[in-house]
Amino acid sequence: MAMATDNVAADSGMLHHVRRGDALARWIGRHPVWSVIIAAAVLLLLWLVFAPWPAGFEEVFGRKRLFINALINGITLGGLYFLVASGFTLIFGLMRNVNLAHGSLYLFGGYMGYEAGEWTGSWLFSYVVAFVCCAAIGVAMQVLIFRRMEGQDLRQTLVTLGLALVFSDLMVWVWGGNAFQITTPDWLAGPVRTPIVVALRSSGEAVFLQYPRVRLVIFLAAVVIGIAMWLALNRTRIGMIIRAGVDDRDMLSVLGYRVQLVFVTVFAFGAGLAGMAGIVGGTFQSISLGEDSHFLLASLQVVIVGGMGSIPGAALGALIIGLAEQFGLVYFPSYATVLTFLIMVVVLALRPQGLLGRR
Amino acid sequence: MALAQATDRIPSDVGAAPREGAFTRWVSANAPILLLGLVLLLLPSVASDFILNQIVGWTLILGMIALSLMFLAGFGGMVSLAQMTTAGVAGYMITVLGASSIPTISLFWPWWVAAPLAIIIAIAFGTLAGALSARTEGIYTIMITLAIAVAFFNLTLQNWSIFNGFNGFTSVPAPTAFGINWKAPIPFYYLVLVCAAASYAAVVYISRAPFGLALQGVRDNPRRMAAIGYNVIAHRIAAYTFAALIAAVGGILMVWLNNQISPGTVGIEATIDLLVIAVVGGLGHPIGAFVGAFIYVILRTFALDALVAVGLDGRRFQTIIGLGFLVIVLFSPDGVIGLWRRWFARARRSGARSDR
Repeated sequence: MAMATDNVAADSGMLHHVRRGDALARWIGRHPVWSVIIAAAVLLLLWLVFAPWPAGFEEVFGRKRLFINALINGITLGGLYFLVASGFTLIFGLMRNVNLAHGSLYLFGGYMGYEAGEWTGSWLFSYVVAFVCCAAIGVAMQVLIFRRMEGQDLRQTLVTLGLALVFSDLMVWVWGGNAFQITTPDWLAGPVRTPIVVALRSSGEAVFLQYPRVRLVIFLAAVVIGIAMWLALNRTRIGMIIRAGVDDRDMLSVLGYRVQLVFVTVFAFGAGLAGMAGIVGGTFQSISLGEDSHFLLASLQVVIVGGMGSIPGAALGALIIGLAEQFGLVYFPSYATVLTFLIMVVVLALRPQGLLGRR
Repeated sequence: MALAQATDRIPSDVGAAPREGAFTRWVSANAPILLLGLVLLLLPSVASDFILNQIVGWTLILGMIALSLMFLAGFGGMVSLAQMTTAGVAGYMITVLGASSIPTISLFWPWWVAAPLAIIIAIAFGTLAGALSARTEGIYTIMITLAIAVAFFNLTLQNWSIFNGFNGFTSVPAPTAFGINWKAPIPFYYLVLVCAAASYAAVVYISRAPFGLALQGVRDNPRRMAAIGYNVIAHRIAAYTFAALIAAVGGILMVWLNNQISPGTVGIEATIDLLVIAVVGGLGHPIGAFVGAFIYVILRTFALDALVAVGLDGRRFQTIIGLGFLVIVLFSPDGVIGLWRRWFARARRSGARSDR
C-alpha cells in the first residue's frame, strides 16, 4: 500500500504529500551505497566519541580529550556560524542581495549587546537590544537604499561593501581596538559533566569530559532557532509567502502580496539574527576589531558549501565549516584555513550550487 | 552588468578630415593619452623623488593591479576580488625565491629566475581562482573570489614556514641588472612606467582583438555566445590568466617599491580598496583604473593632513573612502570616467549650440 502511494506520489510529482519517514526510506532505497557509507560513518563517530580508545589509537590521533574537544567545539562553533549565516542566506535567497555588511551587523550586535549587558546587567535583555538595533539598521538599509536599486544585484553588493567599510571604521571610532568579552551569567557559568569518557585512570575509574555549560546551551538555542525557522518557513503562511518570493518575486507581487513588506521583514529578521549572533560570539570568544570580516568570510563559506538561499544548507554548511576549522586548528594549525578552503573548492567543483542548493 | 559598459571608442573626426593619414587620425583620437604619456615621461626632470615614487609610482602600480580587475569586470563582467591576492602571491613568491631579510626562508635566487617564476606561480594561482569562479556569475563571483582572498590572507597570517606569519618580509629591494641599479628612484620610476604603459596598451589592444570582443560577448550574453559555438568557460578562464599576468607584475613592483610585504598587503582592506579604486575610477575604460588609483593615492597621502586641518579626526580616512565609494556607486555607476564623459558630452553639446 505504501509502495503504491509512493508510486502515485512520485508519478504525479506531488512529493510534498509524502510523509518524512517515507522520504527517508525512499532515499535509502535510491542510494543504497551512500546509505551504508553514511550509516557506517555515523556508527564509527559514535564509537569514537563514547568508547574508551584502545592504546594504539592515541598515538595516531593524539589524546582523546583533544579529539572530543575539537569535535564539540566544532559543532558549537557550527551553531554560531549557523546563526550568522542563516540570516545571510535568507536575505540572499529572497532579495538576491549579497549583504557584505553582514559581518558588520554581527560585530555591531556584539558591541550593542556588550553595552546593554554592562548597563542593565541582564544577559538575556542584551539579546533583545542587539536584535532590535541590528534589525533597525537592516530596515533602514532596505528602505533607504536597496529598494531604490532593485534587480541590480551587483550594484547592491557594491553598496553593501561600501557600507561595510564605513561601518567598520565607525565602530573602530566608537569602541576602539580593544577586545570585549561578554560575561556569562551565573546560571550558565561553569562546566557541565558530559557522559563522554575521555580517559581511564589507572584505577580503572572513567574520566568524564567537562564542557562549558554556556556553549552547550547556546548550541541548543541555535538548534531550536534553526528548527523554528524551518517550521516557520515551511509550515506557516508567512513562510509560504517568503518561499514563493524566493522562487518568483514578480509573480508574488502580481498576486497582490506586498513584496516590499516581506523584503523589509526578512531583512530585519536576518540582520537581527546577525546581531544576536554577535552576543553569542562575544560570549564564546570575544568581540573585537576584525571579527566582522572573519564572520563575513565564515558566512560566505557556509552558504557556498551549503547552498545559497537554503536554510538546511546553511545548517549543514555551518556544521562542516565549524568542524573543519576546529579539527584543522588541532591537527594542522599552520594550514587550518586551507582545509576549509579546500572543502569549498571541492564543493564548487562537484556541486557549484552548494550541497543543498538549487539551480 | 549595469556597471560594465562597452568601451565605446572616442569617435574620431573622420568626416572632418577625410584626407588625413591613418597615423594622424590615430594621434588625434588618442591625444589625451599621448599627452599624459609625454607628461609622465618628462616628469623626472621636474618632480622630486617622493612624487616620482610615492605618488606617481604607487599610482601606476596600484593602477596596474586595478587594471587587471577592470579588465575582468569591465570586459568580462566578472568582479573578481582575488586580484590583490594574485598580486600578493607574486609579491610573496619574489621574496621567497629571491632576497629578503629572512635568510631561513628566502632562497636568494637571482632576479632573472625569481621574477619570472613568481609571475608564473601567480598566473597559475590566478587561473586556478578563475577556474573556480568562472562557472558562476555576477554576485556569486564576488562571493567566491572574496572567500579566496580572505583564505589566502588567513594563510599568510597563520603560516610561518613559507609566509613568515604576521611579520612578513622586509628588505626586498629591486635588483641591480644590466648595470643599472633599479632601486634608485628614477630608474625604478621608468621601470614602473614602462610596465604600466605596456599593461595599458595590452588591455586596450586585447579589448579590440577577437578574444576581447568574444569576451565582451560572453559578458553581455553567455548563452547566446555558447550557442554560436564559443567556449564561455574557456574564455573566462583565459581572461583570468591574462589579468593575473598584469596583477603579478604589479605585485612584484609593489613589493620592490615598498621594500616589504606582509599579510596586510593582501588583507581584506587592501582587497576592498582595490575594488573601490576600480569602481571609483570607472569600469568602462582601462584608464579608469589609473584615475581611481590616482585619487586613492592622493587621498591616502594627503587626507590625513586635510582632515586634521578642517578639525576632523585624521584616522577617519576609511570612512571618507567608504563614503566616496558609496556616492560613486549610488550616483555614477560608471565612475569618475563616466562623470567626465557626461560632462564632456554636455560641454560639447552646449558648445555646438552656441556656435550655431
